[in-house]
Amino acid sequence: MNTPDGYIKITYREALKQALRVSLQKDERVFLMGEDVGRYGGAFAVSKGLLGEFGPDRIMDVPLSESGFTGAGIGAALGGLRPIVELMTVNFSLLAMDQVVNNAATLLHMSGGQLNVPVVIRMSTGLGRQLAAQHSHSWEPIYAHIPGLIVLSAGTHEDARGMLPAALQSPDPVVIFESNSMLNLEAEIPANSGMVDITTAHVKREGKDISIITYGAGVYKAMDAAQILADAGMNPEVIDLRVLRPLDENAVMTSVRKTHRVLLVEEAWGSVNISAELSARIMEQAFYELDAPVQRLGGMEVPIPYPKHLEDACVPQTADIVTRIKKMLQHD
Amino acid sequence: MENIPVKSSIPPVDRTLGLQLLYQMMLIRRFEEKSAEMYGKMKIRGFLHLYIGEEAVAVGVIHALQPEDNVLCTYREHGHALARGIDPGIIMAEMYGKAEGCSLGRGGSMHLFDKGKKFFGGNAIVAGHLPMAVGMALASKKLKTNHITCCFFGEGAAAEGEFHESMNLAALWGVPLLMVCENNLYAMGTALRYSHAVQQLEKKGIAYGIESRSVDGMDVLAVEHAAREAVEMIRVTGRPFFLVCNTYRFRAHSMFDAELYREKTEVEEWKKKDPIPALQSRLLEWESVTNQDIKELEEKIESELQKAVDFAEAGTWEPVEDLKRYVYSEA
Repeated sequence: MNTPDGYIKITYREALKQALRVSLQKDERVFLMGEDVGRYGGAFAVSKGLLGEFGPDRIMDVPLSESGFTGAGIGAALGGLRPIVELMTVNFSLLAMDQVVNNAATLLHMSGGQLNVPVVIRMSTGLGRQLAAQHSHSWEPIYAHIPGLIVLSAGTHEDARGMLPAALQSPDPVVIFESNSMLNLEAEIPANSGMVDITTAHVKREGKDISIITYGAGVYKAMDAAQILADAGMNPEVIDLRVLRPLDENAVMTSVRKTHRVLLVEEAWGSVNISAELSARIMEQAFYELDAPVQRLGGMEVPIPYPKHLEDACVPQTADIVTRIKKMLQHD
Repeated sequence: MENIPVKSSIPPVDRTLGLQLLYQMMLIRRFEEKSAEMYGKMKIRGFLHLYIGEEAVAVGVIHALQPEDNVLCTYREHGHALARGIDPGIIMAEMYGKAEGCSLGRGGSMHLFDKGKKFFGGNAIVAGHLPMAVGMALASKKLKTNHITCCFFGEGAAAEGEFHESMNLAALWGVPLLMVCENNLYAMGTALRYSHAVQQLEKKGIAYGIESRSVDGMDVLAVEHAAREAVEMIRVTGRPFFLVCNTYRFRAHSMFDAELYREKTEVEEWKKKDPIPALQSRLLEWESVTNQDIKELEEKIESELQKAVDFAEAGTWEPVEDLKRYVYSEA
């Protein structure tokens, strides 16, 4: 299949790399710091080649000191720079949690508005590569709990390329989640699109029968499910939340008012997750718009096991979404 | 504990410097006593950590800094804020929780901030500010500003992982950072000997390849001298320096502390090394100041403290409607 004019076909990994390159080119104050981002080329080869292009002052390998270098990124932001801190994966990020919560997210309010912290913290998230219990977490909800952070989830190639440059314009700390399982996935995106907005959810597919609301690795799964459902005569709408804090309530309620049915899909553990919050807000703000109870498909509440069949069973798959929606629309 | 003597002997100081250091230490002492009084009157609430006994450290070190250098402190930081030149009334108002305080009243005793004075807290997670200090020093290096960053912390913090990560990063990156350990011998109520296998803390700096020294933290002139030499070295080399100031907290950890962990006789022994009378007698001996000078300082300070309390009393409460301001920056 030919790529249409004005579009390029790239992997999610390449989109992330382009985001880094363009950000480093655009602003001298921007630098990348993280474990193995330089000489190794990035744990997932996202920053491969950038050391040669930008030099060691701007592509800084750091020791395995998550709290130390994340705090240093916060300090460098206070000192007038625009650091991109790469925490390799969400699994290691708890070692830096004190810095993220008590400093990055807190300083502006606690100082009475004096100290904003323009740091961007990137990390990969999710399962799908048989990395077992300690390397497969989806902790977006933990970060979305924290006032003072802007929390983004790059569920598409456009966002993998466009969210970072936008985040670097923010005066406040931004956490970007990148999907570990999508690195090799190819997609066609506009050749020249750059920065994306980082305040709104996007309607990825217009529909009128039901709203599938998701983020991260759930987005393409929901799109695939929607196609299957469309082929069977149903017409679901798909919303990619994109911004997990602050949530774009307007986009959600607009869709609910249109479809009157909602399925919330995410990979994070089912209890106390983003879907739980969204469900509550829909009850508060659009209860009388609903023709059926809001339903959720979340991650199984277990440590993620190594075998492929068990790992797959831990999170909602395309088939699960299809089955659930057929039930909800009484199409089964 | 033995202190490594400073390189050169300290000559008698002139009247201007003597009066300045004495004034700052006396101001801190009386400010802290006044704070305790206002805590008793329930004007100040929450935690209140007094710096009484440790004044020589903040005064000596901060005197060696320039106004454009960054300063980061612990939650026991009223003294540092005063030494940095933040108005006592604005600090008192902050402790009252009034909107005229240096952090809009939102921080209280433990979170004094003044961006203009390059005073970056007031941090109440032990050692949580150390990585930030490394980052601020890294920014100075990258931006070639020749500013240094000075980070105060207690010996309790030296047991935290963030201390060790920060020391390694500072040395590895070669950043202009003065790490000042205020060793008052107790992490809350746990004595140094119960929390550190190596109690000569300066050895921890050497382990990371950082120039390190300890100094008698009850002697403001020794502290000032050591800090000045450290700062000069940092400005020339661009590399970090680890200064351990051995000192003692005369008062309880906070207002909730019954001091079950130490003998009163130990406290009394340390009070004989009180840095304020020690400086006063040296300055009198050198005839740098007179008893009349000291009396005038006392009167000046009393009047300033009264003004500070009046300012805090007259302050206003931030409207509840503004509670959500500054969670995010305002456009």
